[in-house]
Amino acid sequence: MSVNNYIRERFFPHLWCPGCGHGTILNALLRTVESLGIDKSNMCMVSGIGCSARISGYVDFHSMHSMHGRALACATGIKMIKPELNVVVPMGDGDAMAIGGNHFIHACRRNIDMVAIIMNNRIYGMTGGQYSPLSGSGILATTAPYRSIDREFDATQLAMGAGATFVARTTAFHVKEIGSLLKKAFEHKGFSVVEVLTQCPTYFGRKNKFGGPVQMLEWYRDNTAPLGSKKLEENSDLIPRGVFRQVDAPEYCAEYAKIVEKAHKE
Amino acid sequence: MDPVSIRAQWCKGCGICVAFCPKKALRLENEKAVHNPELCILCGMCELYCPDLAVTVDKSQKKPQATREVANES
Ligand code: SF4
Ligand code: SF4
Ligand code: SF4
Repeated sequence: MSVNNYIRERFFPHLWCPGCGHGTILNALLRTVESLGIDKSNMCMVSGIGCSARISGYVDFHSMHSMHGRALACATGIKMIKPELNVVVPMGDGDAMAIGGNHFIHACRRNIDMVAIIMNNRIYGMTGGQYSPLSGSGILATTAPYRSIDREFDATQLAMGAGATFVARTTAFHVKEIGSLLKKAFEHKGFSVVEVLTQCPTYFGRKNKFGGPVQMLEWYRDNTAPLGSKKLEENSDLIPRGVFRQVDAPEYCAEYAKIVEKAHKE
Repeated sequence: MDPVSIRAQWCKGCGICVAFCPKKALRLENEKAVHNPELCILCGMCELYCPDLAVTVDKSQKKPQATREVANES
């Protein structure tokens, strides 16, 4: 086997910078789809705009490179027409939480069956390093030369507050965990959100003197801990990883099918 | 053939696989990853870490190696 069966090889090497975490997430995603035995013609990927959104060009699935922040809206349309498709929507932090914030909360609320991946590198990479709603305060960015004063969203808390039924977080260092959480997300019937903290060495790393990709990954290794672990209990400064919520609730396409059936009867 | 193959055209020399290989079996030469099969335990981590899909680990070669070791012992 090889993950190469799931990519459009002609577009490789890809355009992401050396050491960009987006590639690692793509890597894990391809292996997850393969391990679940999903035929690539039953996979549909919708992306928005940004470095992250390049991902839909690299997979040999049905794919759509849509508008900034609007990937979930497009994906909702696709999923409602073809509920049998496995729909996955990778988004950058700005794409998902700023431009697409409104679409994001409503997709959570509807509980439509798809996997939303937030590739959170805390910066807008493609446009040159502006801060995003996930950067947090004290961060250096092109638009914050004296450091940002904005507080950040906690994407997982926001997703839960808005009603997402599967919510998880991991990092680009924890490569096996990305795979295991994505697997759970695909198996979950409802709106699944997987946040992956990842590195943009080119802008976030360089501006904030985090070092290169290796140092950034070491930071994720050293500053996160699994939910329920002793390590996390003893140090509340660590960022929790794992599954925050997994609950059953009526799924949007299934409910819609019932309405269609009802309308046909009358 | 080396069970860990690195597609040099795709490797961008980021050093991630080199830094996190548990056996230090990888190194960078002219900004490309190079593998040393002597040190490798075929754990497969480099394949997962690589952001450029440049590494393939053929784990099927793991067993014959172990068998050979056992054979050498007896
Ligand atoms: S600018 Fe940042 S996010 Fe964009 S490809 Fe480069 S490292 Fe990745
Ligand atoms: S398979 Fe494991 S031991 Fe071998 S080079 Fe890769 S990471 Fe290192
Ligand atoms: S992780 Fe991949 S791209 Fe980076 S040095 Fe290793 S083989 Fe090359």
